[in-house]
Amino acid sequence: MAGGTSFSRWLHRASDSDVWWSFRSSSLTIAAAVVTALILILSFLSPLLAPHTPFDPSTLSLSDGLKPPAWMPDGDWAFPLGTDDQGRDVLSAIMYGTRLSLVVGMASVFVSMLIGITLGLVSGYVGGVTDAVIMRIADVQLTFPAILVALLIDGVVRGLISVQRHDEIALFVIIGAIGLSFWVQYARTIRGSVMVEKNKEYVQAARVIGLSPVLIMVRHVLPNVTGPILVIATINLGLAVISEATLSFLGVGLPSTQPSLGTLIRLGNELLQSGEWWITLFPSITLAALVLAVNLLGDWLRDALNPKLR
Amino acid sequence: MLAFILRRLIQSIAVLLVVGMVSFSLFRYVGDPISGMVGQDTPASEREALREKLGLNDSAPVQFLHFIGNAARGQFGLSYRTSEPVNRLILERMPATLELSFCAAVFALFVGIPMGVYTGLYPRHWSSRLFQAVSLIGISLPTFVIGILLILVFAVMLRWLPSFGRGETSTFGWWTTNFTSWKGLQALILPSITLGLFQLTLIMRLVRSEMLEVMRTDYIKFARARGLSNRAINFGHALKNTLVPVITVTGLQLGSLIAFALVTETVFAWPGVGQLFIQSVQFADIPVMAAYLMLIGLLFVVINLVVDILYFVVDPRLRGQGARAAGR
Repeated sequence: MAGGTSFSRWLHRASDSDVWWSFRSSSLTIAAAVVTALILILSFLSPLLAPHTPFDPSTLSLSDGLKPPAWMPDGDWAFPLGTDDQGRDVLSAIMYGTRLSLVVGMASVFVSMLIGITLGLVSGYVGGVTDAVIMRIADVQLTFPAILVALLIDGVVRGLISVQRHDEIALFVIIGAIGLSFWVQYARTIRGSVMVEKNKEYVQAARVIGLSPVLIMVRHVLPNVTGPILVIATINLGLAVISEATLSFLGVGLPSTQPSLGTLIRLGNELLQSGEWWITLFPSITLAALVLAVNLLGDWLRDALNPKLR
Repeated sequence: MLAFILRRLIQSIAVLLVVGMVSFSLFRYVGDPISGMVGQDTPASEREALREKLGLNDSAPVQFLHFIGNAARGQFGLSYRTSEPVNRLILERMPATLELSFCAAVFALFVGIPMGVYTGLYPRHWSSRLFQAVSLIGISLPTFVIGILLILVFAVMLRWLPSFGRGETSTFGWWTTNFTSWKGLQALILPSITLGLFQLTLIMRLVRSEMLEVMRTDYIKFARARGLSNRAINFGHALKNTLVPVITVTGLQLGSLIAFALVTETVFAWPGVGQLFIQSVQFADIPVMAAYLMLIGLLFVVINLVVDILYFVVDPRLRGQGARAAGR
């Protein structure tokens, strides 16, 4: 029962907090949260909820190909948003594709967080030459748009391994490429806070009792500097999803056997000229809705967690 | 001021050297340059001779110096994919990208600044709110989705404008241009809007927030008290003071305009440098990638430098404290 009461106490505290209040008072934020939740549920439960299994060739039939959405003449309610040229259900493909886009987005945010936090901690705590080198690398990388950096990393990996191998590990390549192109913001933020924290007494005390620098950084400094990371991560999730979609659209991201939203839009784009607009329009709308909702949540979080704006 | 510019110049050269080092390591260590040049049945002795002739057996620093020297003269070797000289490939496609980026920048500035001024002056008017909402969507939509939607509406449904390629072009020396024929200009419209829309929303939001801030200052109140006309206050006093951040952002965005042109070029099958780069990534065509990287690096460094110098020209407050700005 103790667990239950502490949970209800926690619930009470949470419902009484400023953050919850600012959430409830903004209808736009609530709408964004609902859309995000809806997309998350529909996409992650796609194996259970999707009407078809679009990437199992045995269930496809070419005679179902290029059906328009159900409300149009020739439409079929078995395929609510129509089918593509191979008879795949567009709605199911979108649900599976969104899941893949989200997985890549979240994983690459995690990778850039890991790199950014580590380098930021080391840079801020050690200082000196290490700091200068890391920050100059960050400066040079910031000179280039992230999408170019990701493209370049992808191109280098293609040069190093064979084409078949690349298709197998495309998922990891793209997560690494996007992750490596967004670490700078985390590193700069963390470094700034670490430089303030490291002169405080608790860090000096930890040093005096002879703890190793790694232990001080991870156990003592890190918990005190992670505040802004959540906001950056939310805003970067939108950017990472867009980057993945853009790379896949350019044909250097996920292969058509493993289509994300960007891949679906690229495949549909090839059929756009002949009038089959639904194959590319519906994934585009899903992508736009997802990114818009996540961005609105990120904006709200930034304002809600910023005490200066209260 | 001179000290400041000199310092920035040295920094710029350092950045370029780092970019050169990355390009060089790509060139040298990713894939074998020899296997791209010779057939499969070339004997090992011949390969070794070619290796020696190209200087690939020299020490890495010597090779790096050669690479930088060649890059400075615009020599990047042969493309692995087409076996043509890389500099010719890029030069052929440069005009298409530059004309597209130029039109997009003009569109973004000449629509974005007036919209920003308007929404900043009348923040509560319904049309300002509409502009704000649209700009939020404009920032969230990826470039290629905007392009596809424009193609769907204006090329597929309405059939007003072409959806791919440059249309008619004329050639002057090595420069091919779209500006001489109606067909060529028509082909420019959709790609320019696609490429410029993100920058437009960015400039609009920036000008708006700066205008809102400036309109609250004392010197605007004083100008009103002096009985100046609205026109003189809004444009002569207020807008002029919002221009410093606008110049910075626009300048820095100019570089990403040319970089993001690669997405727009893919959507509209526009035969520019960006499309060349995408193809070279797909085929792991390292010499083209290295050359593109150096080119974009040079571009960004030059833009950053020009923006920094423009600060001094635009903002007289900075000139007095030049020494302090240099020490930042």
